Amino acid sequence: MRADLKLIEPWVAPGSRVLDLGCGDGTLMDYLQREKSVVGYGLEINPDYIEECVRKGVNVIEQDLDEDRLHSFRDQTFDTVIMTQALQAVRRPDRALTEMLRLGREGIVTFPNFGYWRLRLHQLWNGRMPMSSTLPHTWYNTPNIHLCTVRDFEALCQEHRIRIKDRTVVDNAHRSRWYNRLWPNFLGQIAVYRVTR
Amino acid sequence: MAAESQAADSVGIVEPQSLHFPEPIRLESGHTLPEFNLVFETYGTLNADASNAVLICHALSGHHHAAGYHSREDRKPGWWDACIGPGKPIDTNKFFVVCPNNLGGCHGSTGPASENPDTGRPYGPDFPVITVRDWVKSQARLADRLGIDQWAAVIGGSLGGMQALDWAIHYPERIRHAVVIAATPRLTAQNIAFNEVARRAITSDPEFHEGRYLENNAIPQRGLMLARMVGHITYLSDVSMGEKFGRELRDHAYHFGFDVEFQVESYLQYQGVRFSESFDANTYLLMTRALDYFDPAREFGNDLTRAMAEARCRFLVLSFSSDWRFAPEHSQKLVNAMVDARRDVSYAEIDSDWGHDAFLVPNERYESLFRAYMNRVAKEHGDAG
Repeated sequence: MRADLKLIEPWVAPGSRVLDLGCGDGTLMDYLQREKSVVGYGLEINPDYIEECVRKGVNVIEQDLDEDRLHSFRDQTFDTVIMTQALQAVRRPDRALTEMLRLGREGIVTFPNFGYWRLRLHQLWNGRMPMSSTLPHTWYNTPNIHLCTVRDFEALCQEHRIRIKDRTVVDNAHRSRWYNRLWPNFLGQIAVYRVTR
Repeated sequence: MAAESQAADSVGIVEPQSLHFPEPIRLESGHTLPEFNLVFETYGTLNADASNAVLICHALSGHHHAAGYHSREDRKPGWWDACIGPGKPIDTNKFFVVCPNNLGGCHGSTGPASENPDTGRPYGPDFPVITVRDWVKSQARLADRLGIDQWAAVIGGSLGGMQALDWAIHYPERIRHAVVIAATPRLTAQNIAFNEVARRAITSDPEFHEGRYLENNAIPQRGLMLARMVGHITYLSDVSMGEKFGRELRDHAYHFGFDVEFQVESYLQYQGVRFSESFDANTYLLMTRALDYFDPAREFGNDLTRAMAEARCRFLVLSFSSDWRFAPEHSQKLVNAMVDARRDVSYAEIDSDWGHDAFLVPNERYESLFRAYMNRVAKEHGDAG
């Protein structure tokens, strides 16, 4: 089982209504449907991923997360809205976050932590935009247009009066080591948050 | 063409069938048809527990001949041959496919050109106005007669998609999947306006004779032609017309007159004439009215979510980027209501320049996604033997 699924799973209630923003090939929804009997939908823009979801029997709705049309779903339609590794790729992460909590009671967000020490060192040492296994793109062709650190994200939550229920920081393989937790913003590669209003 | 009809992915030579329904059918308008016939075609084989049956609903000018050829000399296959056949999205190796001509049609099912048993003359304008709901009701009777309790899927594009939607809402136990393509949960004022132009073109033709043209040995051909021409424009897109015709002239010169000079004029006229020779004017009026009236939310306090909450099946909804007749936004509204009603639904907007007609035009992504969904449907009943 994919390690990030294992991280998210305990936060999703059995039989609940789930929306997965940027659901990719539907692996997470497929897993939650089978293990937690959730009723849910994935939103996705990539045609190949959409077809893969259909093949898996995952409900998938073609939708560009940068469009305002997310607004056409009614308030609090879902129990949990999930966004894995997509927050940094949308045009307005702040709006995406508030939209998540308009649509659902709880949000689960994962993103690459730009405060990770190797990334800091990379920039300090090379004087160039950091690249790593989590962030393999060059600055001019990266889909990750809004990278942030653990502290940035928490500041944003505070600004929007969003409550952080849980936080985990993990390494690239979604493993949580004691040293990740020791100094999250410095030692965590991927941040996993559970937020609510 | 003999060679083509024997292509490995064609259903080959097919023969229409007809069934008589002696029981009266009460229509949404309050009128009753004392009896009726439905003509239909089937492809593939019904499995032992009748769980692999798929209903294809046709659109405005469609009919029961959806796939294959009627003879070896037949030049063109059925209207949805691109999607129905062995190995095609609606795989006849897996599904038993049924496609009827709708009530009120002009291709063999009881319609305005049929004889009115009360008078012994053609129904003409006395044929009652038919709605999508009535079609679905008559299709349910057809299912009964064929021994099909539950369709694996009901599938349709445009007006056909509306029938699939109506099946889902009004016969929730009798359908497992609905595939709703290039449709809308209700027409807009602009849609109705185009339909009205088409109807006026027909009814204002002197040969229309208030709908009794058959008894007057006349055909309102000009009206039908105009109706088809205006309709056809709405089926295409600016881009597809531009690509197909541009500003091309028939003989490279302006003649400073009003005869056909541009290729697009010639094409529209050709389409119009061909249509007017094969389609019944009263049927055209009925079909466009059925479109106008379609609004499943209406009986649920104009709440589409409540309408969709009646459904039990899973949905695949598809729209096309350049479709301005039933634009993607209309499909999105439908999908939102389905999500709101907690229905299982997948939705995709297919990139195509072909406008509303795109649902009939081969397109790699469209066919691939459609096939993936139908394979999923087929898995539920196991492949048909």
